[in-house]
Amino acid sequence: MTAQLERTWVTVCRYDQLVPERGVAALVDGEQVALFRTFDGMLHAIGNRDPFSGAFVLSRGIVGSAGDAPTVASPVFKQVFDLRTGRCLSDSAVTVPVHEVRRRGDAVEIRLRGSG
Amino acid sequence: MATPRHLVVIGNGPVGQRLVDALRQRDTAGEWRITVLGEEPRQAYDRVALSSYFDGVSAAELDLVEDGCYDDQTRVLCLDEAVVELRRDARIVTTSRGRSIGYDALVLATGSSPFVPPVPGRELPGCFVYRTLDDLDAIRSAAETAAALRGGRPAGMVLGGGLLGLEAARALRLLGMSPHVVELAPRLMPIQVDEGGGALLRQMIEALDVTVHVGTSVERIVRDTSRWNEPRLLATLTNGVELDLDLVVFSAGIRPRDELARRADLPVGPRGGVVVDAGCRTEDDAIYAIGECACIDGVAYGLVAPGFAMAEVVADRLLGGAATFPGADTSTKLKLLGVDVASFGDAHAATEGALEVTVNNPVERTYAKLVVSDDAQTLLGGVLVGDASKYALLRPLVGGPLPGDPLALISPAGAVELGAGSMPDSAQVCSCNAVTKGTICSAIVEHGLTDVAGVKACTRAGTSCGSCVPMLKTLLTEAGVEQSTALCEHFAHSRAELFEIVQVTGITTFTELIERHGTGRGCDICKPAVASILASQSKVGHVLDGESAALQDTNDHFLANLQKNGTYSVVPRIPGGEITPEKLLVIAEVARDFDLYTKITGGQRIDLFGARVEQLPAIWARLVDAGFESGHAYGKALRTVKSCVGSTWCRYGVQDSVRLAIELELRYRGLRAPHKIKAAVSGCARECAEAQSKDVGVIATENGWNLYVGGNGGARPRHADLLLIDVDTDTLVRTIDRFLMFYVRTADRLQRTAAWVESLEGGLSHLRSVIVDDSLGICEDLDAMMAKHVESYSDEWADVLSDPQRLARFVSFVNAPDTPDPSIQFVPERGQKKPVLLEVTTR
Repeated sequence: MTAQLERTWVTVCRYDQLVPERGVAALVDGEQVALFRTFDGMLHAIGNRDPFSGAFVLSRGIVGSAGDAPTVASPVFKQVFDLRTGRCLSDSAVTVPVHEVRRRGDAVEIRLRGSG
Repeated sequence: MATPRHLVVIGNGPVGQRLVDALRQRDTAGEWRITVLGEEPRQAYDRVALSSYFDGVSAAELDLVEDGCYDDQTRVLCLDEAVVELRRDARIVTTSRGRSIGYDALVLATGSSPFVPPVPGRELPGCFVYRTLDDLDAIRSAAETAAALRGGRPAGMVLGGGLLGLEAARALRLLGMSPHVVELAPRLMPIQVDEGGGALLRQMIEALDVTVHVGTSVERIVRDTSRWNEPRLLATLTNGVELDLDLVVFSAGIRPRDELARRADLPVGPRGGVVVDAGCRTEDDAIYAIGECACIDGVAYGLVAPGFAMAEVVADRLLGGAATFPGADTSTKLKLLGVDVASFGDAHAATEGALEVTVNNPVERTYAKLVVSDDAQTLLGGVLVGDASKYALLRPLVGGPLPGDPLALISPAGAVELGAGSMPDSAQVCSCNAVTKGTICSAIVEHGLTDVAGVKACTRAGTSCGSCVPMLKTLLTEAGVEQSTALCEHFAHSRAELFEIVQVTGITTFTELIERHGTGRGCDICKPAVASILASQSKVGHVLDGESAALQDTNDHFLANLQKNGTYSVVPRIPGGEITPEKLLVIAEVARDFDLYTKITGGQRIDLFGARVEQLPAIWARLVDAGFESGHAYGKALRTVKSCVGSTWCRYGVQDSVRLAIELELRYRGLRAPHKIKAAVSGCARECAEAQSKDVGVIATENGWNLYVGGNGGARPRHADLLLIDVDTDTLVRTIDRFLMFYVRTADRLQRTAAWVESLEGGLSHLRSVIVDDSLGICEDLDAMMAKHVESYSDEWADVLSDPQRLARFVSFVNAPDTPDPSIQFVPERGQKKPVLLEVTTR
């Protein structure tokens, strides 16, 4: 299916369900998203699939920083990804999808980006 | 290019190999092709370190031949092939395999053979020499046979109390014997050590359960069948003492292997050895002799350093040089089960007018003597017993001006600090390989060397006996080389430094630590390291509480082992590998009900694979109800304590290894460390639990336990070092407590105990002095830290089940907690399930 769908914001959880510097997995329109709350309170959402192992586990990685970039390290083989761009800092040819995320009151909402 | 000439080297010992290495390095034009003929089935190995073979060092680690040294084209090594005839007229050697090989140049590097004095009975079975790895294997097998036939500890005697004899005694000690050493001279190591040093040496060696008989020799050895079921040996000493023995090792000196040269009519020295000139050439221009088979200036040296020097001379000569033998440095440094002995230069004050300055400290058990010239301006030599730490600094000063008052140089207190700066560039730092301070310092600068490994590779310094390694470090430091110990981009500190910071400042959170001592928000390197540091100081509660959760690797965070498809495996703790049938049934039921793939692990547990994250709590609940806890098969923590069945059931067991293993596993479970920790307990010397491949290994003896530390399996196997002999359970556990806590406190991130023990300056004896003799005064601290760990241990899995907030983490999706991850699929294989291969999209 290549048709461009009109994506909508989906509420996935309450903000206080998110532990600072850890991620959770969310199911949005059938896609697996890794949602993170960083130390400064910001939210980031990327694809949950680790391209190096094929496993859907990026939400379970360690959150930190590389220079100014907020990062997550894959729990499988430890490649590090920039949470803002999805770019892999260990292998610049690789990126993971980045999704839109926002906080509305207590609710955390995600809108998928890209074709589905 | 001209056809290369043919060099034949007879003998592949350390010296013969050194010649090949030297030539390989220098013969860049390919002037020579080389054939090496070795009588032994093994290629060159380090004989200097021979007794370490019983210390857990493998034959492979003693190997001296670099990969790629022999290419079967220009450099050929033929093993198990001796030369039986040398025909100088035709320039041909004939081998034991019947081959005739022509040569343009021939090097005799045939070494020496052990001298066996003509004692009646020396041919009896049970009598051995101490020279090759085969000899060592034969000794070990005889000791094991004796132990098996008779039960108990075998008894051994070493004939000869010199350097080699004490090495042999050390080997017997490592085989679990209490050996006798018989020396004709009135003291041990008569060649190297003077009377005062010999007396202290004897005291210290006797304290190690070695019985010393000096000033006597063996009159006869007979086979005694009258008093034992199995025949033993009865040795009678000339002083009337009789000894019942299982084996005898002759180690009373060596004789040059010069028989080939004799038969070819080459001149030999009065006490043997092929006579060579300063260029190591024999009377025959085409034949050289090097090492222990050569007689140079009328002396046949039985040490490796002069042999190496001769090899270098011949390499130079073969390439048209004019090098000459620089003279021998007969300095020696030996460590016998922790007793340091060193002798250098004119140790016996044979120089005319020489003065001796002696410090004999019976309290500290050290003896030091310096020999100086009559005007007390020049250092001539010395003897150190008990503490040879100054050897590396003093030996290079021999022949040079004294840097201070001789007494102050060897006084324990108020000593003159000897810096590397006081050494002239010409001073030899590595006497085994004749490398000077100047050579090392210029190599550091020219090649930009940054560590000891680099210095070793570049200069060969420190590659033989290793006693100069501390000096290499000093020279690196003085050259301004600083090795970065920074953990990662967020902390400029090493793990050990962070440990100290946390301990001293009382910091209890990662945020506080990184805000005060680091930058950024951490990463997958520093966060788990800090989590481990905080946990081992018992500064945090449950792994999932507060900020702690954000520091954990996925395995620690989900308290199970992540597998390739995103599922986890659960490994219930089975302390010591002991399990009741009822508990086995529970594991089977859990595996069946949750459809988990099961496999027996190497650590005597059962691994249950394929659990989805949301299934974990339900699995743990079933296990907890049945009296299990899930176990750490993950994490930088204690894994298991493996055991054999021990004296309860086994015919050979001498202690209850299962009981001790359970006790140790329950004591150390949950201990967070720089890396994983494995342990094992064997109930007898047969070592069925493979304790010597563990970080902590315990082997039962008739009198208690032997403790081994720093072993490793895996990619870089290492046999553990023997730390304690025949101790009771309390002493054993206390020492393990301290070993583990000292490791936890000072090791680098992801440094196993094997690498840590190797990296300790001063090695095993330093470790022993810290955790047995409390030389740093930290044992009370270490004990207290372990007591706190034991007291605060709690079942981490049960603690998840009892807390709704912690439980809330174990869901597949935050917005669909009960929907399984659709990507996780299985297919059947051999009656169980296996994960469907996932697509990888990065290549």
